[in-house]
Amino acid sequence: MLEVKNISKTFNVGTVNEKLALDGVDLKLNENDFVTVIGGNGAGKSTLLNCIAGVYPVDSGSIYIDSTDVTKLPEHKRARLLGRVFQDPMMGTAANMGIEENLALAYRRGEKRGLRWYITSQERELFRRELKTLGLGLEDRMTTKVGLLSGGQRQALTLLMATLKKPRLLLLDEHTAALDPKTAQKVLELSNQLIEEHQITTMMITHNMRDAIRYGNRLIMMYEGKILLDISGEEKKKLTIDYLLGQFEKASGSDLASDRMLLS
Amino acid sequence: MQLLLAIHGAVATGLLWAVVTIGIFTTYRILDFADLTVEGSITTGAAVAATLIYNGADPFVATLVACFAGMAAGLMTGLLHTKLKIPALLSGILSMIALYSINIRIMGNRANVTLLRLDTVYTVFENLGLSNRNAVIVVGLITVILVIAVLYWFFGTELGSAIRATGNNPRMIRAQGVNTNTMIIIGLVISNGLVALAGALIAQDYGYAEIQMGVGSIVIGLASVIIGEVLFGTKNFMRNLISLVLGAVFYRVIIAIVLFIGLPPTDLKLFTAVSVAIALSLPVFGDYLKTLKKSLREGA
Repeated sequence: MLEVKNISKTFNVGTVNEKLALDGVDLKLNENDFVTVIGGNGAGKSTLLNCIAGVYPVDSGSIYIDSTDVTKLPEHKRARLLGRVFQDPMMGTAANMGIEENLALAYRRGEKRGLRWYITSQERELFRRELKTLGLGLEDRMTTKVGLLSGGQRQALTLLMATLKKPRLLLLDEHTAALDPKTAQKVLELSNQLIEEHQITTMMITHNMRDAIRYGNRLIMMYEGKILLDISGEEKKKLTIDYLLGQFEKASGSDLASDRMLLS
Repeated sequence: MQLLLAIHGAVATGLLWAVVTIGIFTTYRILDFADLTVEGSITTGAAVAATLIYNGADPFVATLVACFAGMAAGLMTGLLHTKLKIPALLSGILSMIALYSINIRIMGNRANVTLLRLDTVYTVFENLGLSNRNAVIVVGLITVILVIAVLYWFFGTELGSAIRATGNNPRMIRAQGVNTNTMIIIGLVISNGLVALAGALIAQDYGYAEIQMGVGSIVIGLASVIIGEVLFGTKNFMRNLISLVLGAVFYRVIIAIVLFIGLPPTDLKLFTAVSVAIALSLPVFGDYLKTLKKSLREGA
């Protein structure tokens, strides 16, 4: 359903900070794939997701979603097809607006926004039911400003917003990295539950190899703007952290100790 | 008695400036865009209305046309910012400076247009037996109530809430499929439309349009926004809008009192700048006082 063909992206061209972030990446996702994406800092994971989402234009190559070429489509036009959750809990919600206002904004993702009232009473009921499934008690605080919620609550809300109107593809960009371990596990469980329940094709970046192995049906490892490993199905179930580290070391020439990947 | 008269006049002026304040609030607070176009578009509104009335147009039609002219000015700033990627502050400054020349052209290559002995929007109410000041107050009140009602409705719609989200978190709302550039342009158009509408009403109150009348208006508007929010609160959107009106009126009343006490009018802009600086820095002083108190307590 998603097809990335030979895309490359270089930042700060012509300066000392020139950085080849994506180096001819090819990737094909099947319907209902849940792909975990791992790799060290600067491997190009976030850039790949951002290029798919249209945040950055690609230098070359093309991106197809459901066989439609979206390479030239601006970010806000691709949004119709995509649900996104960011690393920074502040990023996915409007802090000065209420919980139900945020949900109503997300419920209209990719639709024309006119002069109708921002929410209907049926929607309010729907949102209340959906919030209840999060089990955070947010259903009783629908008009509370999102800025008053904790990071974990905000990420849970952002997840709900990203899936409220079922996206063709869900992009999770290290969405639990800024949370404490316990909350991170909860949000991750919730993500998994939503993805399985609604059968959403998903790409999830994580720094935690255990999570990358545990969740999803497919795993890709990136290194220096390329996809190094692409493992799925039965083979993925048998993956171990040691094996992944070994693969990474082989590719990178064992400068692994300096890398954040070890931390997880 | 004289002070009461001065305050009476200040209330009238304040109500007209409340419309400017609401316009500035739309960009400064809702869109988080410090828009300096205002300094030019207020004069554009005045110039268009005055010139039309001078040439025999109906004052209500003239005021409406002035509003549209202001919208065009907002559109200009919006395009500079979103299409040509010029920073917000600079886009506003460019529009402001361009409008100076345009405004002189609108007024027929003159620096002012007088409305002496011509019918204005206030004449209708004066003919009903109201004094001039009371006519301005009535027109001001009607305008303010209409503007608040329309804005309260508009910012509650799907489109309006997308504009609010744009000012709050542009990345988030882009991810929800909203073209933030369009939202910024709509916000600037509304804001400058309101400001020009106010400019038209102010010119008809003064009895003339004058090329310099916009100078300092952004600071006066900001002063009113901040005074209103600090004194009357921002608990919800309606309360916030009403606070703006009260802030604008309160500001004019303070000015009237200060002038009555004997401050030379030329010092007014300094007075305004200082009071805005103090109001804007209140949070800093608040933090400073808190840490001071804390360290004193811990020290003791």
